[in-house]
This record gives sequence, C-alpha cells and structure tokens, in this order.
Amino acid sequence: MHYSIWSLINQALTGNRNWAPVWRDPEPKSHYDIVIVGGGGHGLATAFYLASRYGMKNIAVLEKGWIGSGNIGRNTTIVRSNYLLDGNEPFYEKSLQLWEGLEQDINYNAMMSQRGIINLYHSDAQRDSYVRRGNAMRLHGADAELLNQDQLRSLCPFLDYENARFPIMGGLLQKRAGTARHDAVAWGYARAADQRGVDIIQNCDVTDFLIKDGVCTGVETSKGTIRAGKIGVAVAGSTSRVMAKAGLRLPIESHVLQAFVTEGLKPVIPGVITFGAGHFYISQSDKGGLVFGGDIDGYNSYAQRGNLPVFEDVCEGGMAIMPMIGRARMLRNWGGIMDMSMDGSPIIDKTPIDHLYLNAGWCYGGFKATPASGLCFAHLLARDEPHEVATKLRLDRFRRGAMLDERGAGAQPNLH
Amino acid sequence: MIINHPHLGPRDASEFSILGDASLINRPDWQAGDADDAFYSYLYLRDNPAGLHRELWFHEQGDRSWLVVTRDTVTHAIIDVALASDIAKAATSKMSKVNAGKKTAAKKTATKKTAAKKTAAKKTAAKKTAAKKTAAKKTAAKKTATKRDVT
Repeated sequence: MHYSIWSLINQALTGNRNWAPVWRDPEPKSHYDIVIVGGGGHGLATAFYLASRYGMKNIAVLEKGWIGSGNIGRNTTIVRSNYLLDGNEPFYEKSLQLWEGLEQDINYNAMMSQRGIINLYHSDAQRDSYVRRGNAMRLHGADAELLNQDQLRSLCPFLDYENARFPIMGGLLQKRAGTARHDAVAWGYARAADQRGVDIIQNCDVTDFLIKDGVCTGVETSKGTIRAGKIGVAVAGSTSRVMAKAGLRLPIESHVLQAFVTEGLKPVIPGVITFGAGHFYISQSDKGGLVFGGDIDGYNSYAQRGNLPVFEDVCEGGMAIMPMIGRARMLRNWGGIMDMSMDGSPIIDKTPIDHLYLNAGWCYGGFKATPASGLCFAHLLARDEPHEVATKLRLDRFRRGAMLDERGAGAQPNLH
Repeated sequence: MIINHPHLGPRDASEFSILGDASLINRPDWQAGDADDAFYSYLYLRDNPAGLHRELWFHEQGDRSWLVVTRDTVTHAIIDVALASDIAKAATSKMSKVNAGKKTAAKKTATKKTAAKKTAAKKTAAKKTAAKKTAAKKTAAKKTATKRDVT
C-alpha cells in the first residue's frame, strides 16, 4: 500500500480495518544472491538501495532479534554533516542529502526535522578551529555559518553566556542538520525494502560462516543453512563477535554509550545544541522530551546499560551551558553498544575473505550515516568497488597508516 | 563498578582511567623480523570479547598504580584484580631465566627453541589452572554479584 493523504482518508472512512502489516514475515530460502547480516538501520538501508538503485534481486536481511531492537532504536536521533576531514565530510554530506529526500524515497514519514545544529565555542582558539571546520564543510558543499554571541543570543537566549569557567562566545551553525524519528527510519527502510522483494528474516541468528579456500559461500543460521553469492555484515556493536566466527580480528572495541530523556516539556530547545568544552548534546523530541547524551563510559562493554559517573558528567555538562534544564525531571536512560574503531571513523570495505564484506566501526555516529552507509555498502556489494564518497573508509587504512582521526586522539578507541 | 585494589581495598571505578586490553603489557620486540606485523596487531587489533576481559586500569586519582582487572564485559562484574607490575615482572623473570641459560650462539638458538616450547607448555598449563581458578571465582563472584549491585 502506498502511503498518502488519500490512503489515510480512505482508512479513516473505513474504520482503519484495512491496514496491512508493514512488511512480510517470510521463511528463508536456501539461496540468495546477497545476504545482509544485521537488520539494523544500516543493513536495511543497504538492502533498500541494492534493490532500488542497483537493480539487485534475491536479497535477504538476517536479523538476530527484531527490526528496531538495536542501536537504530537506541540513539539520540541527530542528523548532521559537520565533519572536517576529506575522507569523512563528503560521505556525511552525501548522507545528509539522502536524508533530505528520504521520506519520498521510502514513502514513509521519518519525521525528518531540519532545525539546525549549533556547536558552541568558548574561547578564541576554539572559534578559529570552528572557522576552519566551517570552511572545510563549505568546500565540500555543506552549509555552515559562524554565529557571534549576539546572533546566538537571538536564537538561544537561555544559554549561560556569562559562565565563569566556559563563557559561551558563539557557535557554528549548520541549518540543514536536525533530527529524525529513529525507529521510523528502521520501519520505513524495512517496508520499502520489503516492497522491492527483499526478504526480512527476524529472529534469525547467524551462528557461523561457510568459508572454503578463502571464499565465503553462505551462513549457518538458527533457521538453517543459507547460501549466498555475497555476504555483507552490518552488525555494529557486535562486529568483533560476529567476525570472529570468520576468523577475523578487527581494529574495534565495543563500548557502551548512554542516552537520556526527560519528561515532556513545551518547546524550549531549537534544534540541536552541543557543548564545546565538555561532551554534551541535546535536542527536543516532537513529544517534548529533552533527549541528550555525552561521552561513552570508556570501558569495553556488551551490556546495554552504563554506570552513574557518566550520568553525572553528562548532567553537569548540561547544567554548564543551560541551567534552565536543571528542574526537568529525568524520565529514563538507556545504553547502546558502539563499535569504537581505532581512529573514530567507520569501515565499509571488503574483507580478506572473498565474497564477505564488512560495514562496521560507526563509533557513536552511526545514525546520521544510515542512508549513506546503506548506499555505499550497496555500491560495494553490487559493483565490488567503493562508492566515490567512501574511498577512504577502508579496513586496511590502519595498516597503511592512513587513519581518519577526526579527533586526533590516536589508537585509543575510548577517546574518540 | 567497584575495583578491589590489592593495596587500597575497594575503590570506585571513577578514580581510575582505563587503557584497554591487558595484552598491551606484552610489547613486541622492535628488532624482530616480523616487527611490522607484530606492532600492527599490537597497536590496532583487539580480541574485544563478550565475557571475561583482562584490561589495564590506572589508579589516576589514587596511588597511581597500574592494575590488571579481569572483568566480565557482559555483566560488568569484576572477577579479579592484580598489580600490573607483578604480572609484568613475572613475565620478565621468566625471560631472564631463559637468557641466563644462553652461553654460545649455537646453544642460544637451541635453548630459545626449548624455552619457547617450555613457556608455551607452561602457558597452556597456566591457562588451564587460570581457567579453573576463574571458573571457581566466577561462581563465587556470581554469588556475591547477586548480593550487591554490580552495574
């Protein structure tokens, strides 16, 4: 069913009795041309773009849990392309462009809301670095505007401009950035992929890879053996665990990142605001809850929950820039498992095993990358060569010393 | 998380900073023929297990000692804490014993080989006993874990 105002009116007039399930629930076939392991945002987007842009047929997505159970349903929903480095900025800008047309592409309301992102700066040196970043963004076709304190005051009068330790001097604004409804993105991609013939198989745990003479020919799953021409793995958070079954050790550690939501409030935060002196980012959901987060906990973890010291640190960050939120009551918090790569940038590449492809290492920036990650992984799977905006996201870049270290922190995953 | 410091007793994990996998103690030999490969995997590749993980913690807000903490990455339960210096010393004393046995160049290679075999055998033996110990400790830890909240 195509969603539109007419389908809505039609259903309303007929008592909403004819809504069909959003995607099928097929049994796996014994062979597919392409199997995607991982039914998160990236896996589903990959399947969608393979079917819609690369004309591939006979595709399956295998998901261990259910659609929306992983990080696609556990993030702070921020969409932006304010990166600095050559290998990253074109990729994230491509992603933002895809976000802008996403709802039409997948015929689903993902509640894309381009209310802008403001990165606050607190010193002259930081202002200079934001000028540099803004210029880098504009050179790659993204939008960036440097705001002085007066301009910022007119947008966000509630910030603590006179903070003794970290006075707010201005901000770098990207107007096209914003937020999207995270699980609607998963459902929308799943539905759109399903409509193009992709089999989405839930509760299907991949237990092993079938590898012979350095060639991967399929996977063993909890629903039987599935053979495939090509296998793409997009299981960020569990990448090391899954790829260990194929005998690979990767430049990745799994860490826990926490996120927080307050009770619903009237609109107070315009767009996304980030703290430049600590680590804190905040936006307001359409329901009114303040959605915010900060650093990862810093130790390896596969538990989808974190500890209280980070909780405190994040709240202190919030209080430092906008004391008004101090009286909002916290409703809930949760944790997700991040693939922290050794340089803080992702990997979309072939593996040393033929016909086995890897999409991993998203650190805690995977949500905004969902469309471009899907597109570039689909391109790699269909054409056997990297997409033009993903040529530097290679698995062997650590070996070659060609790191994409946006933060300049070195091979220390918990610092990215 | 509470880390039971060998000298200072139970301390909050927020007093510490973590470096990562305890295998970082075993820095490869930079003069070895395969130093290139060895340093690549030393610097970048990680086992990243879901389960028991030996990792280096630094008591930054305390006595500034390095600890090797064995922790479950699925439950955050801490199974074992030891001083990293003890572990590093144990490793180097093994090496120096091996080196003391060397006299001539010919003997050197011979002893190296047997030493390597021996250490390998010792390692597996040690691993077995360690595994037994951790298993025993695990059950013990599980018992205590149910009592106090090990988030």
